[in-house]
Amino acid sequence: MTITTAPGYGYADLGALMSEMTGDEKHEPAATSTLDVLWVLYDQVLAVGPQRTDDPDRDRFLLSKGHGPMAYYAVLAAKGFFDRSELRRFAEFGSVLGHHPDRMLVPGVEIGSGSLGHGLPLALGVVLGLRARGRRDPRVVVLVGDAELDEGSNHEAIAVAGRRGLGQLTAVVVDNASASYGWPGGIGERFAREGWAQRTVDGRDHDALREALTDTRPDRPLVVVAEVEPKG
Amino acid sequence: MTAIAEKTTMREAFVDTVAAALDTDPRLAVVLAEISADRFADAARRHPDRVVNVGIREQAMIGVAGGMALTGLRPVVHSITPFLVERPFEQLKLDLNHQGVGAVVVSTGASYDYPGAGRTHMAPGDVALLDTLPGWTVHVPGHPEEAAELLRAALPGDDPVYVRLSERANSEPVARGPGWHRVREGRDGVVLAVGPMLRPVLSATAGLDVTVLYAATVRPFDSTGLRHAVLGARPDVVLVEPYLAGTSTHAVADALPDIPHRVLALGVRRDAELRAYGTAEEHEVAHGLGPSAIRAAVGSFLAGAR
Repeated sequence: MTITTAPGYGYADLGALMSEMTGDEKHEPAATSTLDVLWVLYDQVLAVGPQRTDDPDRDRFLLSKGHGPMAYYAVLAAKGFFDRSELRRFAEFGSVLGHHPDRMLVPGVEIGSGSLGHGLPLALGVVLGLRARGRRDPRVVVLVGDAELDEGSNHEAIAVAGRRGLGQLTAVVVDNASASYGWPGGIGERFAREGWAQRTVDGRDHDALREALTDTRPDRPLVVVAEVEPKG
Repeated sequence: MTAIAEKTTMREAFVDTVAAALDTDPRLAVVLAEISADRFADAARRHPDRVVNVGIREQAMIGVAGGMALTGLRPVVHSITPFLVERPFEQLKLDLNHQGVGAVVVSTGASYDYPGAGRTHMAPGDVALLDTLPGWTVHVPGHPEEAAELLRAALPGDDPVYVRLSERANSEPVARGPGWHRVREGRDGVVLAVGPMLRPVLSATAGLDVTVLYAATVRPFDSTGLRHAVLGARPDVVLVEPYLAGTSTHAVADALPDIPHRVLALGVRRDAELRAYGTAEEHEVAHGLGPSAIRAAVGSFLAGAR
């Protein structure tokens, strides 16, 4: 598959790119809840790009919430990681774009995901691996859903990352209030208890997202809770 | 290779080998979930970034290993078998295999090594479980020296490797390299002994006219070595494995698609949970893996072919 350069798409084009996959201008909540966070990350925050997918000093973005990846694919296509024409083959046999992303198939995708509760422990390992290799600059940002926090494996990683003070790690929780039981005191408080810095912002507000996502601390991981409209 | 002291266990050989390799291989990392963390304390002081104890968190342990491997490191992950293979099995499947990365996964406490601890500390299904995943090399050493040698060979790689350590051991190391090693030659059948099963198998087959093959590496399965042996003896194959009976039966069948043959699979019984404490020797007897039970089973199996 060819990697395109500088396709010149902007935020306004994402709806059209997503409709190539769904044939529908109104997208499912699972697909659009992450759209603004993903755009801000790839457009304004992360040091990533199609020309540096193997650069050891690139930032890493790990999509743990692998279901509903249309927004992710749209952003990657907009940023030139693969050609827009691939979107039309979404989930066809032989396409690189499935209902869950596969790092072995899609350029720029750092982990294969879809089963919940794997991204945060993997992200923790990536941070520890980068540190062991003397790379203190690359950021590792992992996106999880609020209901995904139900999986206990996340809490194993949250505690370890917090106590080890891993400032290179950022978790973005896209909160569409879809967890059945929720977290007393709020999601951010739960992370803060484990030693994380926390920010809770409007998940549709690009300026607020950018500011929160760049508000890192050297001595503690950061969680940004991005609140979006409740899942219908 | 460095001589291993006589009383050394496989677990001690593992710790010594990996701790020494940490000093010379900057790619190597160790990820632990408390088990054996005390044994790696000196190595952790020397290499604080490359010896990570995540606490009693086995899912995170495998996920962390997968993440470290994504940065190009070679992680070694280790715990007692049920906590290493069964509890985080989906992490082995997804955080290693599915990500296209590997690790050296080292278990301790094989099928009935800790009989006083009961069922919670037994995982005789480990190799059968890993058989559901592609690409794994599975080592079942029968001696501490074999364990050290297999580990040293696995550490520089990138692929998924499982090393199954046991408190049970043969009196001498045998295996040098992969595949079946011919320990005895005979005509009436072929007996395959895996890892620590060699000692009871040699005792059980004394005086019988059978070929005895030994392997400390069971995946990939050495089909060629088995075919050679079967072509030189009657094609009656007895498989003696220290984990679930029949774990490798499919591999034997795959090796002999064109040769009419019979297989008798001995191993840890599948039909019931053995709810007993006691000693490893008592468990060996209860599973029919003591020398006299193996001899009786082999004898009647071979007699049935006459």
